[in-house]
Amino acid sequence: MFELLQRAAVHLLISLSGVVLAMVVGVVIGVILTRVPKLAGPVIGVVEVLQTIPSLAMLSILLVFFGLGNMTAVMAIFFYSLLPIVRNTYIGILALELALLEAGRGMGMNSLQILFQVELPGAIPVIVSGLRISLITAYGIVTIAVLVGGGGLGRYVYRGIQMSDMTMLFTGAIPICLMAFLTDLFLNRLEQKLLHR
Amino acid sequence: MMNKSIAILQKNWPLLQTAFLEHIQISFFAVAIGIIISVPLGILLTRMPRLAKRVMAVMGILQTVPSMVMFGLLLPVTGIGKPTAVIVLTVYSILPILRNTYTGITEVPAGYTEAATGMGMNSLQTLFRVELPLALPVIVTGIRLSSVYIISWATVAAIIGGGGLGDVIYTGLDRYNHTIVLMGAIPASLLAIATSFVIGRLARLAIPKGLRREGNV
Repeated sequence: MFELLQRAAVHLLISLSGVVLAMVVGVVIGVILTRVPKLAGPVIGVVEVLQTIPSLAMLSILLVFFGLGNMTAVMAIFFYSLLPIVRNTYIGILALELALLEAGRGMGMNSLQILFQVELPGAIPVIVSGLRISLITAYGIVTIAVLVGGGGLGRYVYRGIQMSDMTMLFTGAIPICLMAFLTDLFLNRLEQKLLHR
Repeated sequence: MMNKSIAILQKNWPLLQTAFLEHIQISFFAVAIGIIISVPLGILLTRMPRLAKRVMAVMGILQTVPSMVMFGLLLPVTGIGKPTAVIVLTVYSILPILRNTYTGITEVPAGYTEAATGMGMNSLQTLFRVELPLALPVIVTGIRLSSVYIISWATVAAIIGGGGLGDVIYTGLDRYNHTIVLMGAIPASLLAIATSFVIGRLARLAIPKGLRREGNV
Protein backbone atom coordinates (compact mmCIF):
# COMPACT_ATOMS: atom_id res chain seq x y z
CA MET A 1 0.00 0.00 0.00
CA PHE A 2 2.82 2.37 0.86
CA GLU A 3 4.51 1.55 -2.44
CA LEU A 4 1.30 2.29 -4.31
CA LEU A 5 0.91 5.69 -2.67
CA GLN A 6 4.54 6.48 -3.32
CA ARG A 7 4.23 5.57 -7.00
CA ALA A 8 1.01 7.58 -7.31
CA ALA A 9 2.79 10.57 -5.77
CA VAL A 10 5.73 10.18 -8.15
CA HIS A 11 3.30 9.87 -11.07
CA LEU A 12 1.62 13.12 -10.09
CA LEU A 13 4.91 14.87 -9.37
CA ILE A 14 6.47 14.05 -12.76
CA SER A 15 3.29 15.18 -14.51
CA LEU A 16 3.12 18.42 -12.55
CA SER A 17 6.81 19.20 -13.09
CA GLY A 18 6.47 18.98 -16.87
CA VAL A 19 3.20 20.90 -16.97
CA VAL A 20 4.33 23.67 -14.59
CA LEU A 21 7.51 24.12 -16.60
CA ALA A 22 5.40 24.38 -19.76
CA MET A 23 3.04 26.82 -17.99
CA VAL A 24 5.88 29.20 -17.20
CA VAL A 25 7.43 29.04 -20.65
CA GLY A 26 4.11 28.72 -22.52
CA VAL A 27 2.39 31.72 -20.95
CA VAL A 28 5.45 33.88 -21.69
CA ILE A 29 5.52 32.69 -25.31
CA GLY A 30 1.75 33.23 -25.58
CA VAL A 31 2.05 36.82 -24.28
CA ILE A 32 4.95 37.55 -26.63
CA LEU A 33 2.86 36.28 -29.56
CA THR A 34 0.06 38.72 -28.75
CA ARG A 35 2.64 41.54 -28.93
CA VAL A 36 4.29 40.28 -32.13
CA PRO A 37 1.36 38.83 -34.09
CA LYS A 38 3.58 38.13 -37.09
CA LEU A 39 5.31 35.37 -35.10
CA ALA A 40 2.04 33.76 -34.01
CA GLY A 41 1.48 31.65 -37.14
CA PRO A 42 4.98 30.14 -37.40
CA VAL A 43 5.46 29.59 -33.65
CA ILE A 44 2.09 27.91 -33.14
CA GLY A 45 2.81 25.87 -36.26
CA VAL A 46 6.09 24.56 -34.81
CA VAL A 47 4.50 23.79 -31.44
CA GLU A 48 1.68 22.01 -33.26
CA VAL A 49 4.17 19.80 -35.12
CA LEU A 50 5.82 18.95 -31.78
CA GLN A 51 2.51 17.71 -30.50
CA THR A 52 1.94 15.51 -33.54
CA ILE A 53 4.99 13.38 -32.67
CA PRO A 54 3.84 10.02 -31.24
CA SER A 55 4.39 9.87 -27.48
CA LEU A 56 6.60 6.79 -27.49
CA ALA A 57 8.66 8.30 -30.33
CA MET A 58 9.03 11.59 -28.43
CA LEU A 59 10.16 9.73 -25.31
CA SER A 60 12.66 7.68 -27.32
CA ILE A 61 14.11 10.71 -29.08
CA LEU A 62 14.46 12.59 -25.78
CA LEU A 63 16.03 9.48 -24.24
CA VAL A 64 19.06 10.07 -26.43
CA PHE A 65 19.54 13.51 -24.81
CA PHE A 66 18.34 12.97 -21.25
CA GLY A 67 19.03 9.29 -20.67
CA LEU A 68 16.97 6.73 -18.80
CA GLY A 69 14.82 8.13 -16.01
CA ASN A 70 12.24 10.68 -15.05
CA MET A 71 13.91 13.68 -16.70
CA THR A 72 13.04 12.29 -20.12
CA ALA A 73 9.38 12.02 -19.09
CA VAL A 74 9.35 15.57 -17.70
CA MET A 75 10.78 16.95 -20.96
CA ALA A 76 8.30 14.99 -23.10
CA ILE A 77 5.42 16.38 -21.03
CA PHE A 78 6.92 19.85 -21.34
CA PHE A 79 6.93 19.68 -25.14
CA TYR A 80 3.41 18.23 -25.35
CA SER A 81 1.97 20.78 -22.94
CA LEU A 82 3.36 23.76 -24.80
CA LEU A 83 0.71 23.69 -27.53
CA PRO A 84 -2.43 23.84 -25.38
CA ILE A 85 -0.87 26.44 -23.07
CA VAL A 86 0.67 28.71 -25.72
CA ARG A 87 -2.41 28.58 -27.91
CA ASN A 88 -4.86 29.10 -25.09
CA THR A 89 -2.89 32.01 -23.62
CA TYR A 90 -2.69 33.64 -27.04
CA ILE A 91 -6.36 33.08 -27.89
CA GLY A 92 -7.48 33.95 -24.36
CA ILE A 93 -5.79 37.35 -24.47
CA LEU A 94 -6.85 38.11 -28.04
CA ALA A 95 -10.47 37.27 -27.23
CA LEU A 96 -10.67 39.95 -24.53
CA GLU A 97 -12.89 42.82 -25.43
CA LEU A 98 -11.18 45.91 -26.70
CA ALA A 99 -13.28 47.97 -24.30
CA LEU A 100 -11.52 46.35 -21.34
CA LEU A 101 -8.08 47.26 -22.66
CA GLU A 102 -9.18 50.79 -23.44
CA ALA A 103 -10.65 51.16 -19.98
CA GLY A 104 -7.30 50.06 -18.56
CA ARG A 105 -5.45 52.52 -20.70
CA GLY A 106 -7.98 55.24 -19.86
CA MET A 107 -7.25 54.67 -16.18
CA GLY A 108 -3.64 55.46 -16.91
CA MET A 109 -2.23 51.92 -16.74
CA ASN A 110 0.97 51.26 -18.59
CA SER A 111 1.44 48.28 -20.85
CA LEU A 112 2.79 46.02 -18.08
CA GLN A 113 -0.03 46.94 -15.72
CA ILE A 114 -2.57 46.15 -18.42
CA LEU A 115 -0.90 42.77 -18.96
CA PHE A 116 -0.93 41.77 -15.30
CA GLN A 117 -4.14 43.43 -14.16
CA VAL A 118 -6.36 43.11 -17.22
CA GLU A 119 -5.14 40.70 -19.89
CA LEU A 120 -3.78 37.76 -17.86
CA PRO A 121 -6.64 37.70 -15.32
CA GLY A 122 -9.11 37.85 -18.19
CA ALA A 123 -7.43 34.97 -19.99
CA ILE A 124 -7.20 32.72 -16.91
CA PRO A 125 -10.27 30.54 -17.64
CA VAL A 126 -8.91 29.66 -21.09
CA ILE A 127 -5.45 29.04 -19.65
CA VAL A 128 -6.97 26.68 -17.04
CA SER A 129 -8.60 24.77 -19.86
CA GLY A 130 -5.18 24.33 -21.48
CA LEU A 131 -3.80 23.20 -18.14
CA ARG A 132 -6.50 20.52 -17.83
CA ILE A 133 -5.77 19.06 -21.26
CA SER A 134 -2.02 19.12 -20.54
CA LEU A 135 -2.29 17.35 -17.19
CA ILE A 136 -4.48 14.54 -18.50
CA THR A 137 -2.12 13.99 -21.43
CA ALA A 138 0.78 14.03 -18.96
CA TYR A 139 -0.62 11.11 -16.92
CA GLY A 140 -0.64 8.99 -20.09
CA ILE A 141 2.91 9.97 -21.00
CA VAL A 142 4.25 9.15 -17.53
CA THR A 143 2.56 5.75 -17.84
CA ILE A 144 4.37 5.02 -21.11
CA ALA A 145 7.59 6.50 -19.74
CA VAL A 146 8.12 3.28 -17.80
CA LEU A 147 9.62 2.03 -21.09
CA VAL A 148 12.38 4.65 -20.87
CA GLY A 149 13.10 4.03 -17.22
CA GLY A 150 10.55 6.38 -15.69
CA GLY A 151 8.91 5.76 -12.32
CA GLY A 152 5.28 6.12 -11.33
CA LEU A 153 2.24 3.92 -11.77
CA GLY A 154 3.25 2.77 -15.26
CA ARG A 155 5.44 0.10 -13.61
CA TYR A 156 2.34 -1.76 -12.39
CA VAL A 157 0.58 -1.49 -15.74
CA TYR A 158 3.61 -2.64 -17.67
CA ARG A 159 4.42 -5.51 -15.34
CA GLY A 160 0.75 -6.50 -15.39
CA ILE A 161 0.74 -6.65 -19.18
CA GLN A 162 4.02 -8.56 -19.33
CA MET A 163 2.99 -11.17 -16.79
CA SER A 164 -0.69 -11.19 -17.75
CA ASP A 165 -1.36 -10.34 -14.12
CA MET A 166 -4.66 -8.50 -13.98
CA THR A 167 -4.43 -7.61 -10.30
CA MET A 168 -1.08 -5.95 -10.93
CA LEU A 169 -2.49 -4.14 -13.96
CA PHE A 170 -5.49 -2.80 -12.05
CA THR A 171 -3.26 -1.68 -9.19
CA GLY A 172 -1.77 0.79 -11.63
CA ALA A 173 -4.71 1.39 -13.95
CA ILE A 174 -7.36 2.32 -11.39
CA PRO A 175 -5.38 5.12 -9.69
CA ILE A 176 -4.32 6.50 -13.09
CA CYS A 177 -7.90 6.59 -14.39
CA LEU A 178 -9.09 8.06 -11.10
CA MET A 179 -6.46 10.79 -11.26
CA ALA A 180 -7.41 11.66 -14.85
CA PHE A 181 -11.10 11.68 -14.00
CA LEU A 182 -10.69 13.86 -10.91
CA THR A 183 -8.38 16.29 -12.69
CA ASP A 184 -10.91 16.62 -15.51
CA LEU A 185 -13.76 17.15 -13.06
CA PHE A 186 -11.94 19.58 -10.78
CA LEU A 187 -10.34 21.77 -13.43
CA ASN A 188 -13.59 21.82 -15.44
CA ARG A 189 -15.41 23.12 -12.36
CA LEU A 190 -12.69 25.67 -11.75
CA GLU A 191 -12.91 26.83 -15.36
CA GLN A 192 -16.70 27.23 -15.13
CA LYS A 193 -16.40 29.12 -11.86
CA LEU A 194 -13.78 31.47 -13.27
CA LEU A 195 -15.88 32.03 -16.39
CA HIS A 196 -19.01 33.01 -14.49
CA ARG A 197 -17.27 35.09 -11.90
CA MET B 1 30.17 5.64 -33.79
CA MET B 2 28.67 7.10 -36.94
CA ASN B 3 29.92 4.21 -39.05
CA LYS B 4 28.53 1.76 -36.58
CA SER B 5 25.13 3.45 -36.74
CA ILE B 6 25.13 3.32 -40.52
CA ALA B 7 26.03 -0.35 -40.40
CA ILE B 8 23.14 -1.04 -38.02
CA LEU B 9 20.82 0.93 -40.26
CA GLN B 10 21.91 -1.01 -43.35
CA LYS B 11 21.57 -4.31 -41.63
CA ASN B 12 18.09 -3.55 -40.37
CA TRP B 13 16.80 -1.72 -43.44
CA PRO B 14 14.45 -4.52 -44.64
CA LEU B 15 13.12 -4.89 -41.10
CA LEU B 16 12.47 -1.16 -40.92
CA GLN B 17 10.63 -1.22 -44.25
CA THR B 18 8.37 -4.02 -43.09
CA ALA B 19 7.69 -2.27 -39.79
CA PHE B 20 6.90 1.01 -41.55
CA LEU B 21 4.43 -0.62 -43.95
CA GLU B 22 2.90 -2.59 -41.12
CA HIS B 23 2.45 0.60 -39.11
CA ILE B 24 0.66 2.31 -41.99
CA GLN B 25 -1.48 -0.77 -42.54
CA ILE B 26 -2.59 -1.10 -38.91
CA SER B 27 -3.30 2.62 -38.56
CA PHE B 28 -5.13 2.80 -41.87
CA PHE B 29 -7.41 -0.13 -41.06
CA ALA B 30 -8.19 1.22 -37.63
CA VAL B 31 -9.07 4.69 -38.90
CA ALA B 32 -11.03 3.35 -41.91
CA ILE B 33 -13.16 1.11 -39.70
CA GLY B 34 -13.44 3.99 -37.25
CA ILE B 35 -14.86 6.26 -39.97
CA ILE B 36 -17.33 3.62 -41.15
CA ILE B 37 -18.66 3.21 -37.61
CA SER B 38 -18.55 6.74 -36.26
CA VAL B 39 -19.83 8.93 -39.10
CA PRO B 40 -23.25 7.18 -39.33
CA LEU B 41 -23.37 6.95 -35.53
CA GLY B 42 -22.60 10.65 -35.22
CA ILE B 43 -25.37 11.50 -37.69
CA LEU B 44 -27.78 9.28 -35.78
CA LEU B 45 -26.91 11.03 -32.52
CA THR B 46 -27.80 14.43 -33.97
CA ARG B 47 -31.33 13.05 -34.32
CA MET B 48 -31.46 12.07 -30.61
CA PRO B 49 -30.02 14.97 -28.65
CA ARG B 50 -30.82 13.54 -25.24
CA LEU B 51 -28.92 10.30 -25.81
CA ALA B 52 -26.17 12.25 -27.53
CA LYS B 53 -25.32 14.21 -24.39
CA ARG B 54 -24.80 11.01 -22.43
CA VAL B 55 -22.80 9.29 -25.15
CA MET B 56 -20.52 12.33 -25.49
CA ALA B 57 -19.97 12.43 -21.72
CA VAL B 58 -18.97 8.75 -21.66
CA MET B 59 -16.71 9.28 -24.68
CA GLY B 60 -15.07 12.21 -22.93
CA ILE B 61 -14.25 10.03 -19.94
CA LEU B 62 -12.97 7.18 -22.15
CA GLN B 63 -10.64 9.60 -23.86
CA THR B 64 -8.86 10.36 -20.60
CA VAL B 65 -7.73 6.72 -20.24
CA PRO B 66 -4.01 6.46 -21.13
CA SER B 67 -3.16 4.28 -24.13
CA MET B 68 -1.06 1.77 -22.24
CA VAL B 69 -3.83 1.25 -19.70
CA MET B 70 -6.41 0.74 -22.46
CA PHE B 71 -4.26 -1.91 -24.14
CA GLY B 72 -3.78 -3.65 -20.83
CA LEU B 73 -7.46 -3.59 -19.92
CA LEU B 74 -8.52 -5.17 -23.21
CA LEU B 75 -5.81 -7.82 -23.09
CA PRO B 76 -7.90 -10.44 -21.24
CA VAL B 77 -10.78 -9.85 -23.64
CA THR B 78 -8.92 -10.04 -26.93
CA GLY B 79 -5.54 -11.62 -26.18
CA ILE B 80 -2.10 -10.70 -27.53
CA GLY B 81 -1.36 -9.85 -31.15
CA LYS B 82 -2.26 -7.70 -34.13
CA PRO B 83 -6.04 -8.25 -34.05
CA THR B 84 -6.12 -6.83 -30.51
CA ALA B 85 -4.06 -3.86 -31.62
CA VAL B 86 -6.46 -3.11 -34.48
CA ILE B 87 -9.52 -3.54 -32.23
CA VAL B 88 -8.19 -1.21 -29.54
CA LEU B 89 -7.04 1.34 -32.10
CA THR B 90 -10.41 1.22 -33.87
CA VAL B 91 -12.29 1.79 -30.64
CA TYR B 92 -10.08 4.75 -29.93
CA SER B 93 -10.32 6.18 -33.46
CA ILE B 94 -14.09 6.35 -33.08
CA LEU B 95 -14.03 9.04 -30.39
CA PRO B 96 -12.67 12.11 -32.23
CA ILE B 97 -14.55 11.34 -35.47
CA LEU B 98 -17.83 10.74 -33.67
CA ARG B 99 -17.49 13.93 -31.66
CA ASN B 100 -16.62 16.03 -34.69
CA THR B 101 -19.39 14.54 -36.83
CA TYR B 102 -21.87 15.33 -34.10
CA THR B 103 -20.68 18.87 -33.35
CA GLY B 104 -20.09 19.59 -37.05
CA ILE B 105 -23.72 18.87 -37.87
CA THR B 106 -25.27 20.43 -34.78
CA GLU B 107 -23.30 23.61 -35.36
CA VAL B 108 -24.69 24.13 -38.87
CA PRO B 109 -26.50 27.47 -38.49
CA ALA B 110 -30.28 27.04 -38.24
CA GLY B 111 -30.72 29.45 -41.16
CA TYR B 112 -29.34 26.87 -43.60
CA THR B 113 -31.52 24.00 -42.46
CA GLU B 114 -34.56 26.25 -42.30
CA ALA B 115 -33.90 27.42 -45.83
CA ALA B 116 -33.63 23.79 -46.93
CA THR B 117 -36.94 22.92 -45.26
CA GLY B 118 -38.48 26.01 -46.81
CA MET B 119 -37.35 24.82 -50.24
CA GLY B 120 -39.31 21.63 -49.61
CA MET B 121 -36.37 19.32 -48.84
CA ASN B 122 -37.17 16.39 -46.60
CA SER B 123 -35.00 15.36 -43.67
CA LEU B 124 -32.73 13.08 -45.73
CA GLN B 125 -32.25 15.65 -48.47
CA THR B 126 -31.40 18.28 -45.89
CA LEU B 127 -28.86 15.91 -44.37
CA PHE B 128 -27.08 15.02 -47.59
CA ARG B 129 -27.30 18.33 -49.43
CA VAL B 130 -26.97 20.85 -46.63
CA GLU B 131 -25.83 19.50 -43.27
CA LEU B 132 -23.18 17.00 -44.33
CA PRO B 133 -21.46 19.26 -46.88
CA LEU B 134 -21.33 22.08 -44.33
CA ALA B 135 -20.07 19.77 -41.58
CA LEU B 136 -17.51 18.04 -43.81
CA PRO B 137 -14.49 20.21 -42.89
CA VAL B 138 -15.15 19.56 -39.18
CA ILE B 139 -15.57 15.83 -39.82
CA VAL B 140 -12.32 15.69 -41.80
CA THR B 141 -10.59 17.52 -38.95
CA GLY B 142 -11.88 14.78 -36.64
CA ILE B 143 -10.39 12.18 -38.98
CA ARG B 144 -7.09 14.06 -38.87
CA LEU B 145 -7.03 14.13 -35.07
CA SER B 146 -7.95 10.48 -34.99
CA SER B 147 -5.24 9.49 -37.48
CA VAL B 148 -2.53 11.30 -35.54
CA TYR B 149 -3.66 9.68 -32.30
CA ILE B 150 -3.82 6.25 -33.89
CA ILE B 151 -0.33 6.48 -35.40
CA SER B 152 0.87 7.42 -31.92
CA TRP B 153 -1.06 4.68 -30.16
CA ALA B 154 0.04 2.11 -32.73
CA THR B 155 3.64 2.58 -31.54
CA VAL B 156 2.52 1.76 -28.00
CA ALA B 157 0.63 -1.27 -29.35
CA ALA B 158 3.97 -3.03 -29.75
CA ILE B 159 3.90 -3.95 -26.06
CA ILE B 160 0.94 -6.21 -26.72
CA GLY B 161 2.47 -7.63 -29.90
CA GLY B 162 0.93 -5.13 -32.30
CA GLY B 163 4.01 -4.92 -34.54
CA GLY B 164 4.81 -1.80 -36.57
CA LEU B 165 7.40 0.86 -35.78
CA GLY B 166 6.76 0.49 -32.06
CA ASP B 167 8.39 -2.93 -32.35
CA VAL B 168 11.58 -1.31 -33.64
CA ILE B 169 11.58 1.27 -30.81
CA TYR B 170 10.88 -1.45 -28.32
CA THR B 171 13.72 -3.65 -29.57
CA GLY B 172 16.07 -0.66 -29.38
CA LEU B 173 14.99 0.14 -25.83
CA ASP B 174 15.42 -3.48 -24.84
CA ARG B 175 19.01 -3.56 -26.09
CA TYR B 176 19.60 0.05 -25.03
CA ASN B 177 20.71 0.84 -28.58
CA HIS B 178 20.01 4.46 -29.52
CA THR B 179 20.38 3.88 -33.25
CA ILE B 180 17.65 1.25 -33.34
CA VAL B 181 15.43 3.37 -31.07
CA LEU B 182 15.71 6.34 -33.44
CA MET B 183 15.20 4.06 -36.43
CA GLY B 184 11.71 3.48 -35.12
CA ALA B 185 11.05 6.87 -33.53
CA ILE B 186 11.98 9.16 -36.42
CA PRO B 187 9.93 7.42 -39.15
CA ALA B 188 6.98 7.21 -36.73
CA SER B 189 7.22 10.96 -36.08
CA LEU B 190 7.54 11.79 -39.78
CA LEU B 191 4.58 9.55 -40.60
CA ALA B 192 2.41 11.36 -38.05
CA ILE B 193 3.51 14.83 -39.16
CA ALA B 194 2.99 14.04 -42.86
CA THR B 195 -0.44 12.49 -42.23
CA SER B 196 -1.53 15.48 -40.20
CA PHE B 197 -0.36 17.86 -42.94
CA VAL B 198 -2.06 16.00 -45.81
CA ILE B 199 -5.39 15.55 -44.04
CA GLY B 200 -5.20 19.18 -42.89
CA ARG B 201 -5.03 20.21 -46.55
CA LEU B 202 -7.97 17.94 -47.35
CA ALA B 203 -9.99 19.57 -44.57
CA ARG B 204 -9.51 22.95 -46.21
CA LEU B 205 -10.52 21.54 -49.59
CA ALA B 206 -13.64 20.16 -47.95
CA ILE B 207 -14.98 23.66 -47.34
CA PRO B 208 -17.88 24.09 -49.79
CA LYS B 209 -16.86 26.26 -52.78
CA GLY B 210 -19.42 28.94 -52.07
CA LEU B 211 -18.02 29.46 -48.57
CA ARG B 212 -14.32 29.64 -49.41
CA ARG B 213 -12.74 33.01 -48.84
CA GLU B 214 -9.41 34.53 -49.69
CA GLY B 215 -6.87 33.03 -47.36
CA ASN B 216 -9.19 30.18 -46.48
CA VAL B 217 -7.69 27.84 -49.06
